Amino acid sequence: MFFAIMVLVLLGGVIFALIVGAWPVLRDIGPAFVITEVWNPVTEKFGALAPIYGTLVTSVIAMLFGVPISFGIAMFITELCPRWLKRPLGIAIELLAGIPSIIYGIWGLFVLAPFLQRTIQPFLIDTLGNLPLIGNLFAGPPYGIGILTAGIILGVMVLPFITSITRDVFETVPPMLKESAYGLGATTWEVTWKVVLPYTRVGVIGGIMLGLGRALGETMAVTFVIGNAHRISSSILAPGTTISATIANEFTEAVGDLYTSSLICLGLILFVITFIILAFAKLMLLRLQNQAGR
Amino acid sequence: MQLYARRRAVNYLALGIATGAAGFGLFWLVAILWTLLYNGLSAVNLDLVAKMTPPPGSAGGLLNAIFGSIVLTIGATIVGTPIGMMAGTYLAEYGKTNVLSRIIRFINDILLSAPSIVVGLFVYEIMVAPMGHFSAWAGVVALAIIALPVVVRTTEDMLNLVPNGLREAASALGAPMSKVIMLVSYRAARNGIITGILLAIARVSGETAPLLFTALNNQFWSTDMNAPMASLPVTIFQFALSPYEDWQQLAWGGALLITFTILILNIIARALAGLGSGGR
Repeated sequence: MFFAIMVLVLLGGVIFALIVGAWPVLRDIGPAFVITEVWNPVTEKFGALAPIYGTLVTSVIAMLFGVPISFGIAMFITELCPRWLKRPLGIAIELLAGIPSIIYGIWGLFVLAPFLQRTIQPFLIDTLGNLPLIGNLFAGPPYGIGILTAGIILGVMVLPFITSITRDVFETVPPMLKESAYGLGATTWEVTWKVVLPYTRVGVIGGIMLGLGRALGETMAVTFVIGNAHRISSSILAPGTTISATIANEFTEAVGDLYTSSLICLGLILFVITFIILAFAKLMLLRLQNQAGR
Repeated sequence: MQLYARRRAVNYLALGIATGAAGFGLFWLVAILWTLLYNGLSAVNLDLVAKMTPPPGSAGGLLNAIFGSIVLTIGATIVGTPIGMMAGTYLAEYGKTNVLSRIIRFINDILLSAPSIVVGLFVYEIMVAPMGHFSAWAGVVALAIIALPVVVRTTEDMLNLVPNGLREAASALGAPMSKVIMLVSYRAARNGIITGILLAIARVSGETAPLLFTALNNQFWSTDMNAPMASLPVTIFQFALSPYEDWQQLAWGGALLITFTILILNIIARALAGLGSGGR
């Protein structure tokens, strides 16, 4: 029955194998790897800054896009929804999580990207692009594919995860608390915003972090729509790259030890970042659980 | 009175936005499914499941990719499920709340949402690199690692739902622990565990990232587990990004096929779970 320990061994093994694989980079390039932008397989110069930047920016966009919507859906399900609609709606949202990421990718590439290119992006460029300061964010031609598109797709992909956790923690709120607030004459919105949300804050943050962990590690959908350009541009409409997209695109073609090892090192960085975020999220949720048990 | 009016307005606005958000979430589901149907249906015909993946410019199907996907998924299920069930059983029946099982539970939850591409890298390091070539076995292992945490988690949850009274009754009759687990706990939790396995299969069959550099891909019919093997998701990836019309068409067909398989698995799993809890 001690197969359980295998789970532990597995994690140790993953980290160990990645470190071994990344060793040439850690030895030869060292910390400079994370702060250099150049990525040139021909001259064997590798720097991870562009993928790391792309990963962070797409995840931030995904969160900006996904969190308020998940919150809205969770609120709708717990507070507003008629009883008969609750289950089907919950299942429908969870089915979104079941759709494989490659489907999001192909859909993003053939449907969402052209749509954004024709409608939303020119609009953004014409309006926000002319403003000082934030104008740079929306500069350049509308490619369709790019960091913004990847962020939106990621936002949709994390929706179900954040929604289901937010919904679950919303339901842990003792009805008594809500009823007393209603009794004082509070509106539904006020109850949610001022009673339910503070009570479940830790859990909601945990859910968001869990979603963030997903967004950071997502590969296929991003690979389709990000454009794979190894550079950092100030515009979020421009193509970029992320850690996972770089690995997915280049790993099988990588020749030379340093190239392969750079990609594995990227994987290691990604794993460490997501590990920290997920661990943090779990701790948050555990704390809420203990609280509820009391 | 004005305050009251404002509060009411804010309330309606917020509720409207919440409803809108729910509609928006549904919209994505519908939009994706509709596009899949629209683009995929024209690609669904007998050739899709009867012919091999073609070179660009000629007709063909996805037979070898479908076969590869099925083999890889079944392989991963056979490898991953027993280990996952054992581990889940340990957590629920033996370990309960000791420190070791707490740590394992924690790690398992993290593995549950760890980036799948990292799993691919890991398997590349331990299997592909030493063996010197890509192989279907490596793909099986990668998928098994992804299925494992799902099975562990659901097995544990389901076993925890089995009332303790049942176990105590069996123990009181003199049954040893192993008999109690095999004959009582497993039976009571059977539906739930099957649900977990189905969910794991659904998760695994749509995975692409870890297969990219383990099982790789194969243009031809192959049953050799030591050679690279085609799979639906990787084929879709390759075909969708290609510039050839007919390849893209096939990719849509494959996408339709795989999405509906997975959605159906998900729905069956949920129905089973509902059945289990409703009966009790």
